[in-house]
This record gives sequence, structure tokens and C-alpha cells, in this order.
Amino acid sequence: MDHQFQLSDSYKKWTYGLIGAGVIALIYGFIMFHPFALAAHGKNVNSTRFWAVLLQNSVFFLLVVNAAMFFICVTTMAMGGWVVAFRRVSEAISSVVPILGVITFVILMAIIFGERTDIYHWLDKEAVAKDHILNGKKGFLNPVFFSVWSFITIFLWWFLGKKMRSMSLDSDKKDAMNYETGKRWIWNNTVWASLYSIVFTLTVASTIPWLWLMSIDAHWYSTMYSWYTFASTFVSGVSLIALYVIYLKNRGQLKYVTEEHLHDLGKFMFAFSVFWTYLWFSQYMLIWYSNQPEETKYFIERIGTAEKAGPYKGIFFFNLIINFLCPLLILMKRGSKRNWTMVTIMAFLIIFGHWIDFYQMVMPGTLHEHATLMPFEFGIASLFVGLIMWGTGRYLSKHSLLAKNHPFLKESMIHHT
Amino acid sequence: MAGGIKKFVVGSFDDEKVLFPAVKNVRKAGYKIHDVYTPFPVHGLDHAMGIRETSLHTAGFIYAITGTTTALTFMSWVFTKDWPLNIGGKPHFALPAWIPITFELTVLFSAVGMVLTFCYLCNLAPFVKKHHFHPRATDDLFVMVIECTDKTNADELQSFLQTAGAQEINVQIAETGWWIGRYHKEQKLYKEEKGY
Repeated sequence: MDHQFQLSDSYKKWTYGLIGAGVIALIYGFIMFHPFALAAHGKNVNSTRFWAVLLQNSVFFLLVVNAAMFFICVTTMAMGGWVVAFRRVSEAISSVVPILGVITFVILMAIIFGERTDIYHWLDKEAVAKDHILNGKKGFLNPVFFSVWSFITIFLWWFLGKKMRSMSLDSDKKDAMNYETGKRWIWNNTVWASLYSIVFTLTVASTIPWLWLMSIDAHWYSTMYSWYTFASTFVSGVSLIALYVIYLKNRGQLKYVTEEHLHDLGKFMFAFSVFWTYLWFSQYMLIWYSNQPEETKYFIERIGTAEKAGPYKGIFFFNLIINFLCPLLILMKRGSKRNWTMVTIMAFLIIFGHWIDFYQMVMPGTLHEHATLMPFEFGIASLFVGLIMWGTGRYLSKHSLLAKNHPFLKESMIHHT
Repeated sequence: MAGGIKKFVVGSFDDEKVLFPAVKNVRKAGYKIHDVYTPFPVHGLDHAMGIRETSLHTAGFIYAITGTTTALTFMSWVFTKDWPLNIGGKPHFALPAWIPITFELTVLFSAVGMVLTFCYLCNLAPFVKKHHFHPRATDDLFVMVIECTDKTNADELQSFLQTAGAQEINVQIAETGWWIGRYHKEQKLYKEEKGY
């Protein structure tokens, strides 16, 4: 069987359709929202909305595609053989990192150097000088460190991911490996995967969410925040992998992927949904319990107080229902994790749910009560979805879908849960 | 808790690779496999034997939601009705504070409940005895036990097992259920126990 995949016309139509819709939304935003008009808190709401929506979507989708490479790296380090049958799918998704990375970087720089104090309050030099808390954070929250560290981060994600992908692609060109060469190849993969994971720990699991998202609420901090962001994007990344695996399987590709692989992907979706909830709850309960005004501020902006409901109360709890209760109750059953339709529905739901999660992370600190969920918000999201489809489709149609010389291929073929 | 006394043909295999096709052929020939005793868990054997999926996890789910409701109802009754306390000015119905305890009780109920259910399903309990078809089933033999029904010809079945690659074959009449008591040198049937 040929493992070369040709993109179908409907896939291309959807890709260009989504990108087109996104570009229209973007142009609409450029014309209608005056994105370069400066706005202090709550003054020029439309201009704030433009950048807040771009920030939410670019960061979310970048971290989601990046999670696909993390998935490869953790399974490599754990000597996980079962993923090899669909390894190229995760590689394809991770190949979008440079595209979205550049876009995200441009957006971040536009926010930083456009001095958008409505997005990042700590950009306001006068306010920082008078503010005891922000002054203390000045060493970390400043434009230079922000830009340099964002640049290094995105560069390393691209560079180390590229290395992992090219090692996999190179193995296709050579003959089947024997025990010695295979062992060396796996060792090399493990070394690069470890390097990637160290960078991942220093970025996604710690500093990057602090810089890009948590600093929106500049006075507030939470030690759970980065793990929470990581869990959010990792579960979405695994869901995206599952969606592509199911799509390709429907197209008659990925011969060696069976229900067993789907079952394990479903377990990942289930487990990390619960992990996300664990972090969500830990962050919430500790702040609720200790009841310190400077900490509860974050939740008061979202759900409000007992006397007055906040503007995000609905979204805040809706978030918990679709990201926790639905995966918990629906994916709990063995049969539903092995059901292609059910996993598809749940993967869509989880990605959408975590997009909403990011929405309620970004909007309350920037737009306060003015946030909306209108065609503009969904249009920008569709731009990024279209870009992911474009980049992933390009990789899938350019390279063989089977890493045919991977030493663990047989292990993956006979995988049985 | 006796299952009754039945006649069995017992074939012992010393290799997994022989066991699997034998299980398949025995089933195909229409014989009724009572059970296969193995020294260690054999992957996929349940599938080969055509045993239905266990309901242990459904039981686990039911135990878990029992734990959840127990914890939530008990704590809400204590803290709102029976003995309301002002703890740091928090509302009496302090749901977030109860979630960890609710979680723990959910896990506790499902874990303990599932262990006990598992023991019951496997006929395991203190002081309870069960007939062993072959002592080496706990050491190095895979013991396939086939139940003789009215239609089974035991001699035919024995030669069938012979061709399937069994090392030892014999016929046993044995108690299928579990009983409280002791083993004897010559094993007594449940029927001969006191108070049958």
C-alpha cells in the first residue's frame, strides 16, 4: 500500500475557506476597530478588542500545535512504541509551529512596541514607577526581556522540533535499521527529545504563560497558572492529533492505526481533561479559601461576588462543564474511547472548550465587561484553524504517512491495550 | 455457596503457543470451556475464550457515585443543618472546601467496593476453599477445564485434547463452587461436607 496522501478537494476548500473567512475578519477589524488607536483601560474598546482577540487566538493555537511536538518527545523519552503508526500526523501538526510562531511573535511585538497598556498594564512606565507591586516585577515584566525571551522560545521550539522531524524523515530515505543502528537512532532521538522537553519546561510549563497571558493581570499571580495553561493546550493538542488520525483513517490511510490506538488517544484526552480540572480547581480553591483581596481579584473579575455576578460567570462555569464534566462522563466508558464518532465529537468539544478557556483568561483583564463573542472572534479563530489545516496538510501530502524504518513500528502495529 | 458437582475433562498445556490454538479449536468443536487456569495473566486469553467484557468497571462507577453522594449529603447536612459553624466567614454551604473530601470518598468507595466485588467474582475470600484442577496451574502449566454436558463424549474429548497438544489429560468430578472448610488429603466433595 502506498503511504502517500493526496489532499482531497474538500480539504483544500475548507482550508482556503477558513483562511478566507479569517482574512475578511482581519481586514474588517483593521478598518472598523482602529487597531492602532491608543487606548487606556476601557477607552477605545474596539482597538483593545482587536489585539486581545489576536493575542488569545495566536497564543492558544501556537501552544496547541506545539503540544503535538511535546507529545512526540514525551513518548520518545518514555520509549512509547504505540504512537509510531501515526507519528507522522503529530509531526505534521507540529510543523505549523514556525508559521504560527512568527505570527504570534509579530502580534506580541506589535502589542509591546505599540505600547498597548490596555493589554499589558505593566507597559505603562508611569504606572509602574508609582506601583509598588509592578515595580517589584520590573526585572521580569519589561519589554526587552519579554521580546528577547519570546524570540528565543519560539526559535527553540522551531529549531528542536525541526530536528526531531528531520531525524524521522531521514530514516525513510535509508534502509531498514539493524539492532545497532536502530539503537543509536533511538538514542539520538531520546537526546533531542530531552532537550526539547527541557526547553518546554522552561517555556510552556513556566515562563511563557506568565509573560504572554498571566501578565495581563499584572498585579495578580498564581503558581498553578503555567501548568494550567499547559494542561489546557496539551489536551487540545492530543485532541487535534486524534482528529487528524480519524480523518486520515476515513480517507483510507494509516493502515496500521486501529481501535487500540484510538483507545489510547482517548485515554490521553480523558486523563488530561481530568488533570486540567485538577489544576483549575487547585487554583480556584486555594484562592477562595485564603480569601486575600489581591488574589481573589482575578476571580471577582470573572465570576463576580455573592452580591453582584461578574460578566464572565456563564462562560466560567460553561468552561468547567465542557472541559471537565463532558469528557469525564462521556469518555469514561471504554466503548466511547473506541468509538470513532464519539472521539471525533469529543475532540471538537475539547478544542472548542479550551479555546473558550483561553478566552476567559485573556478577555476579563483586557476588555473587562466589554468582551463579546461575535463573528469577529470566530473569524480570527477560523484564520488560525485554516493556517493549521494548511500547514498540516502540506506536511501530510509531502511526506510518507508511515515512518517505515522506525524501530518500534512493529510494536505499534501489534499494539493492544 | 455450592455451584454443584460436575464432570470435567482437564487438559494441561505447557506452552502458550499451543494453548491459544487449542482454546480456539475446542470452542470451534462446540465444547464448553469451564475455565482456563494459568500461572500468570495471559494477554488476550479472555478474548480467545470468548468471555464477555467484565462489568467490574460499571460496578466501580456505581460505588464511586455512591461515595460522591455520601460525602456531599453528609457534609451538607452537618454544616448546614446539624452543626453549622462559622469557619473564616465562609458560607455554611462551602462547596469548594468539600470537593477534596468528596473526591477522596469517591475514590475510597470505588476502590474498596471494586476489590470486594473482584474477590467475590473470583471466588476469593478468607477461609473459603475451591477445587484445584491441577496444582501446577500456579506454577508452570496452563490448565484448560472443559465441562462435560449431556452431549459430551468424554473419551472423544480426551483424544481431541491429545491432538491439540495437551501434555496431561484426565477426567475429574468436582465441585464447581466455593465452600467454607478444609481440604483433605483425599478431597471431599461439597456433598460430603457437614450440613450439605
